[in-house]
Amino acid sequence: MSIEDIQNEIIDEFSMFEDWEERYQYMIDLGKELPLIDDEYKTDNNIIKGCQSKVWVHAEMNDNKIEFTADSDAIITKGIIAILIRTFSNQHPKDIIDADTDFIDKIGLKEHLSPTRANGLVSMVKQLKMYAIAYQTQLN
Amino acid sequence: MFNVDTIRKDFPILFRKVNGKPLVYFDNAATSQTPQQVIDVIVDYYSNYNANIHRGVHTLSQEATDLYEASRQKIQAHFNAKFPHEIIFTSGTTHGINLVANGFSSLLKKGDEIIVSALEHHSNIVPWQMLCERTGATLKVIPMNEDGELIMSEFDKLVSQNTKLVFVNHISNALGTINPIEYIIEKAHNVGAAVLIDGAQSAPHIKPNVQALDVDFYVTSAHKICGPTGVGMLYGKEAWLKKLPPYQGGGEMIAEVTFEKTTYADLPHKFEAGTPNICGGIAFGAAINYMNNIGFDNIANYENELLEYGTKKLLEIEGLKIYGTSKHKTSVISFNLEGIHPYDVGTILDKLGIAVRTGHHCAQPIMDFYKIPGTVRASFAFYNTKAEIDALVEGVRKAKMMLS
Repeated sequence: MSIEDIQNEIIDEFSMFEDWEERYQYMIDLGKELPLIDDEYKTDNNIIKGCQSKVWVHAEMNDNKIEFTADSDAIITKGIIAILIRTFSNQHPKDIIDADTDFIDKIGLKEHLSPTRANGLVSMVKQLKMYAIAYQTQLN
Repeated sequence: MFNVDTIRKDFPILFRKVNGKPLVYFDNAATSQTPQQVIDVIVDYYSNYNANIHRGVHTLSQEATDLYEASRQKIQAHFNAKFPHEIIFTSGTTHGINLVANGFSSLLKKGDEIIVSALEHHSNIVPWQMLCERTGATLKVIPMNEDGELIMSEFDKLVSQNTKLVFVNHISNALGTINPIEYIIEKAHNVGAAVLIDGAQSAPHIKPNVQALDVDFYVTSAHKICGPTGVGMLYGKEAWLKKLPPYQGGGEMIAEVTFEKTTYADLPHKFEAGTPNICGGIAFGAAINYMNNIGFDNIANYENELLEYGTKKLLEIEGLKIYGTSKHKTSVISFNLEGIHPYDVGTILDKLGIAVRTGHHCAQPIMDFYKIPGTVRASFAFYNTKAEIDALVEGVRKAKMMLS
């Protein structure tokens, strides 16, 4: 599935919720369920320090697609990571570079990707893109 | 007669909604809200008096200067400084601390010691570390105990003839502990050390008497006591302020300038280079008037009531732990829910219209002491109510249910 298709799928899922509580409960459940990063990759090298919560990101390239794993010490941050990983993981580097994150706005979670939120998520998205740029350079 | 319902009417912001819910503002330790009386002074200044001060011969400039200097005198009276020129307007607490730290650069040498406390805000750690790097002096730290109190017997051991400066906050921003500054000042003075007290957290709760305390420097910010942001004050004993070199060069702070030599202006202007935050300085005085009209005894009594009520209600929640359990504390409750990150709790509370602080509160050493990433901090002001505390408790219960 393309990044755009996955994002539309997520928008559809979130459109079923009637209020913030249902949206957040879903996100919290996503955060709990998703198998995230291997402990061996939860190192200082892979850490993105936000003022409020920490985020770890690891990337690997298989068959010209990047597989991302990530984690956070805060569960709501983790839920958003789960959503971001779902859209960006197992995609070609070029598609990741070109993709945007506007869909976060459409599912009512805009405030979490605000640069002033200091939860590490904005830096995480940047980091995903940086990995994509690095792997794209390798492919070229 | 103290009536919270009447007082709340002074604060327009308390009537707004956040995320569709009535705002419950419990982030007062970060910044307090502004009453209409202070907002009016700000509007009045820009509507009627806006001019640069101290050097204009025209009427507006004279009037603005009078207002600004009258405000300095209000602040002097409030803190009971001996002279108005012992009050230096700053951009806030951090500015005041840096001004003093910079001044001591030329007075310290290798082997000298500076004592800070384990309860400090980063703004009262970093400038001293920088000062130590510049001068070769050593930084010593008064440790804390589980209750979030400074261990005075350890402080006694740290004080020596090498101690030149002691810097402690009056009240911890992260935990609310009121530190025994009278004891600290006396001990430090016995060895000839100077003492700076960071009053950012105490100014809204306690009316400090700098002469009775015999403190050398006292700093605070207007925005913690119902004034605007970007303005604060440094109190310094006249003798110390005369001794310290100027911090920034520029207009206002000079007596005479030639390319060969500049002579500095007298106090307080020596430390007030450039055009100051004139409106802010005037509004600072208005805020102090406002607080005094309510009365600091009334404020302290009422806030203690809120603290007791909030502590009791929050502790009824299973798995909730309060950090900072000193008997001497202000209306700050720093807590965590077992196994739940403070950021998550803060996010859910925000959705419910409840403003709290989450994170390390710029006091990472305290969080390291407790081995936690941070806390949720609810800090109450005299315009908060028990009904709002009930809303907080209900919100925390909801957060716990959603996040567990």
